Amino acid sequence: MAASISERDERSPAVFATGPVERRKAFVDRLVQVALAVIVLLVVLPLVAILAHLLIKAWPALTWSFLVKNPTNYMTAGGVWSALVGTIYLVLFSLAIATPIGVLAGIYLHEYAGDNWATRIVNLAVMSLAGVPSIVHALFGVGAFVLFAHMGRSVLAASCTLAVMTLPVLITSTREALSAVPRTFREACWNMGASRWQTIRTIVLPNSISGILTGIILQVSRTAGETAPILFTGAVVFVAIPDTGLRSFFPYGIWDRCMALSYHLFILKTQVSGVPESFEYGTAVVLFGLVLSVNLISIALRVYLRSRKKW
Amino acid sequence: MTARYGSKVALRDVSFDIMAREIFGIIGPANSGKTTLLKCINRTIDFVPGAAVEGAVRIEGQNVFRVGNVYELRRQIGMVFPLPVGLPLSVYDNVAYAPRMAGVRNRATLDALVEECLRQAALWDEVKDRLKMLGTKLSGGQQQRLTIARALSHRPRILCLDEFSIAVDPVTTMKIEDVLLELKEKMTIVLVTNLVQQAHRLADRVAFLNDSQLIEVGPCDVIFSEHPAQQLTFDYVRGHFG
Repeated sequence: MAASISERDERSPAVFATGPVERRKAFVDRLVQVALAVIVLLVVLPLVAILAHLLIKAWPALTWSFLVKNPTNYMTAGGVWSALVGTIYLVLFSLAIATPIGVLAGIYLHEYAGDNWATRIVNLAVMSLAGVPSIVHALFGVGAFVLFAHMGRSVLAASCTLAVMTLPVLITSTREALSAVPRTFREACWNMGASRWQTIRTIVLPNSISGILTGIILQVSRTAGETAPILFTGAVVFVAIPDTGLRSFFPYGIWDRCMALSYHLFILKTQVSGVPESFEYGTAVVLFGLVLSVNLISIALRVYLRSRKKW
Repeated sequence: MTARYGSKVALRDVSFDIMAREIFGIIGPANSGKTTLLKCINRTIDFVPGAAVEGAVRIEGQNVFRVGNVYELRRQIGMVFPLPVGLPLSVYDNVAYAPRMAGVRNRATLDALVEECLRQAALWDEVKDRLKMLGTKLSGGQQQRLTIARALSHRPRILCLDEFSIAVDPVTTMKIEDVLLELKEKMTIVLVTNLVQQAHRLADRVAFLNDSQLIEVGPCDVIFSEHPAQQLTFDYVRGHFG
């Protein structure tokens, strides 16, 4: 059979020849591909430029001691340790508050809530909340947590404010992760007499946990970078904290005000004179590095969990 | 019985009896309400947003819409759907799922049950050496038999199959059909199928649904004879529409 096919090819080579329509098609295809690639380059370019700019400007300050030393001499010397610890505090506390609420609410909305007007209103509220500017969250935090709940300006009040800000995104990402589990799995379980919660516990959660975790981790980077919500609720220009020992890792109580990287950067740039430029950029690099490393963890986690995907 | 999804009527005044230990075939074109009927029997229609049912499905006199323990009801009814659904668990855990959810913990009991169900579903010989493998990694035909083993694992009195052979090769289909004829000794089987010949081969009695309505129900020989009670039935069985 093979022989007869090649024979035919030799006799009528025009069978697979490209006509004008085909040539045009190939050309346009090529054009679109190149154009899209150029646009992708345009997206990547600013990122690389920012990173290079930051690193070059910050280079003199980038030492280990900059990371682990507290600011001294009216913040013109030393490092960023107290601000770094403050940011980590805020991220951990706000996620500790937001994660259980956000994930559980997401589970309810996706697995239990019926499709009725009440659910639609809640969904609309969640979506609108996600669109609220962070400075508005800040004002809400002042009213609700600092004043009304008598938390004062504190780590707790700032964390609560950040938690409110991250909640809608957490709810949404949880719901998306859950909807990636096919409905047929749930139906199969229900048909065998499993309750909704049994189904969620045994089938739905184990297979959506990667998506849920990714959503949580992405909120770490967002929380770490925000300045506005902590501005009036808990961030402070300067706190003297111990330089060494265990206390340097746990310098703040939940009722204390704390420093934070983003706010520290803002202060260095606008409020303090005589700060070496490399310090400002160094702070930015530390913040950027923190966010980037957290994102890398999330990507690694996603790749790992996807490799174990079971269907 | 009448069933609606919102304003759309899926079943209109459907009424018939199914005898114990028979294979009851339900035939009819797409969208005639066959699947809805099954969902009413084990009340998984409860999970469909906007669905409403009037009337009753009675199993040994008990209306399923009034039973207190809906989980026990669903365990009494085995369900098999058109596309095989292997849960993302091992073959063993797939079959042990329902007993576990019902509270069975004893390892020996589970082992025995898993083997028995897999044997009944004509799958044991193919998977006995890889019970720990993911059920989703089996071939389509094997997964469908896994689904049947799973449906048997809660020891149902009624087994419902919804167009089980759609995604299954002919050899597996024949295997499953033999399984069904064997199971008939022990339980009632409701077989929804769009393959008229399959209903002819297996069913004792057949109901014909069309456009949400029950057109005719009767013994297999009558439905597939030259003279069923309704002309519509004759036309459908002879492939004139649907």
